[in-house]
Amino acid sequence: MPFTRPFTGAENFAILFQCDNYLDLSTCRKDIFWRAVFNTLKFSLIQVGLMVLLSLATALVLNRKIIGRGFWRGVFFYPVLLSPVVVALIWKWLLQSQGAFNAGLVAWGSAPIEWLTDSGWAFFWTVFVSIWAHMGFYTLILLAGLQAIPKDLYEAAEMDRASPWRTLTRITLPLLMPNLIVVLVLAAIRAVQVFDEVFVLTGGGPGSATTFIVQFIYQTGFAEQIHLYGLAAAASLALAFFLIILTLAQLRLTRASEAGQKVR
Amino acid sequence: MSTLNFLLRTRGRQSLDWTDVLSYAYLVIGLFTMFAPVVWLVMSSFKTEAAISQFPPSFLPYAQKTVMVEGHAKPLPLFLVKREDGSQKEMAQVNRIGIMANMIDPAAPEQRLQVNIRQREPVNEMKFAWNNYTDLFGKFTFGTYLWNSVFITVVATLLTLLINSMAAFALSKYKFKGQKSVFLLIIATLMIPPTIILVPVFLVINEVGLLNSLWGVILPAVATPTGVFLLRQYMLTIPDELIEAARMDHASEWRIYWRIVLPLSAPALAVLAIFSVMWRWNDFLLPLIVLSKNEFFTLQLALNSFQGELNTQWHYLLAMTVITLLPVTLVFAFLQRYITTGIAGAGVK
Repeated sequence: MPFTRPFTGAENFAILFQCDNYLDLSTCRKDIFWRAVFNTLKFSLIQVGLMVLLSLATALVLNRKIIGRGFWRGVFFYPVLLSPVVVALIWKWLLQSQGAFNAGLVAWGSAPIEWLTDSGWAFFWTVFVSIWAHMGFYTLILLAGLQAIPKDLYEAAEMDRASPWRTLTRITLPLLMPNLIVVLVLAAIRAVQVFDEVFVLTGGGPGSATTFIVQFIYQTGFAEQIHLYGLAAAASLALAFFLIILTLAQLRLTRASEAGQKVR
Repeated sequence: MSTLNFLLRTRGRQSLDWTDVLSYAYLVIGLFTMFAPVVWLVMSSFKTEAAISQFPPSFLPYAQKTVMVEGHAKPLPLFLVKREDGSQKEMAQVNRIGIMANMIDPAAPEQRLQVNIRQREPVNEMKFAWNNYTDLFGKFTFGTYLWNSVFITVVATLLTLLINSMAAFALSKYKFKGQKSVFLLIIATLMIPPTIILVPVFLVINEVGLLNSLWGVILPAVATPTGVFLLRQYMLTIPDELIEAARMDHASEWRIYWRIVLPLSAPALAVLAIFSVMWRWNDFLLPLIVLSKNEFFTLQLALNSFQGELNTQWHYLLAMTVITLLPVTLVFAFLQRYITTGIAGAGVK
């Protein structure tokens, strides 16, 4: 009941943000929260960067004159439809210590690697698997943008004997900018909220190497013996703060790119 | 040479450029990366418990061949035995003591032979272990999980279609004060991701007494801003004259909605239905916090709790995973065009 929970002011935020020494995260009262924040930032930066590059490359390839474009588009899109739990289990099965990847390594002649219990590799695979699962969605958005670029621009470029690289940087990328911004921001908003795939794949481990903010919220609010709803809500607000910044950045970028279009 | 040119000719009537070769190479690598893990999962799900723990694993599901021998109730495993004179013979194992095995020739079951286990190899044959799938229904409460998932998906999708189309009907076909602000308010909730409001949603569900009830998963997400937006945009294209003509004929507002607007919005409803089915079937975080009792688990929750066990029974887990990805794969195979154009059009997922 709401009335039985006394108002505590900013106490939950104090618990989250209190550190003895802000340069050393292990002195914080909730050092696991800080580690989750740090991991989330690291994950988002790497994952979003790679996601944009890979989906752009894929969209550019799919936009060429290729045979069976619908089929190839479907190929990259298929994992988007799979549930996060299924995605995580598919990769967990490949990466487990007796799995296909280690069989490949042994056949190659090297020693097997504990992919999911080594913190560096576990982090790499969370990034890889989340890109694998969501890339098709962003590819689709970029492909729609590419197909909206008027064909006569390319014909004019061909007349002027522009190199393919120049065509890409002077025609394709500037005109694709609105879609690229959408992809960038959508990918960032979703990367900051990463949870289900990673939760099933690594469980946040080893240690706290792949624990992200949403998992921290889930664990403090729902999974542990004592449900600390207040603390979980405070962490949610911290996450909301990130998301608001990202949304404002999107508005700014969109406006800037629209202004740029008008000048051109 | 001319046939090669013919095969390599592209639509532009030029032969293949090196960039084309690179493109196709990229696509083939993509095909492998996207599908090989899924294919590997499906093949592994047909392996027997013994074959699944084998290292290195094989791609195709192999299992040891067995043979029925007179005088033995159970089928006996077959081995290829190397004899001292260099010849090889297929023999069945009766039992094994330490490193020595008692083996018989299936053709002449009277004679027993003691064989060192290092002098024999199991005879394997390709065998699909269908019982990984059939066992699920007998041994576990798998049927319950499947039923819960299907129930949530179907009921939630029907409710979503009904409620969202009603809201879209009002927002597109009626003129009233504050119409625009109501629409903006609904669209604005798109900006609030479900992970942020996890705690308050949980507390409300708890207060209403829907914890550990399938309705606690169905109801919170029945009204979706995406659905209202999608349907409203489509209904705007339905000519108002049709509705006015119906009013002239004294049709009730419900009748107009049910008999005119809904049938005409079928394409948009289909897109929303596909989305809703995928959202609900794949949903994880909301069921995870609402349903904590085993008998209410959805397939996703069951998979999660199975893989977290100390001794993961991979042969059952993989079969269960395949069943879980099957409906989505079928939807994808038949409705890919609708999904991709729907996403490209609305920019939502």
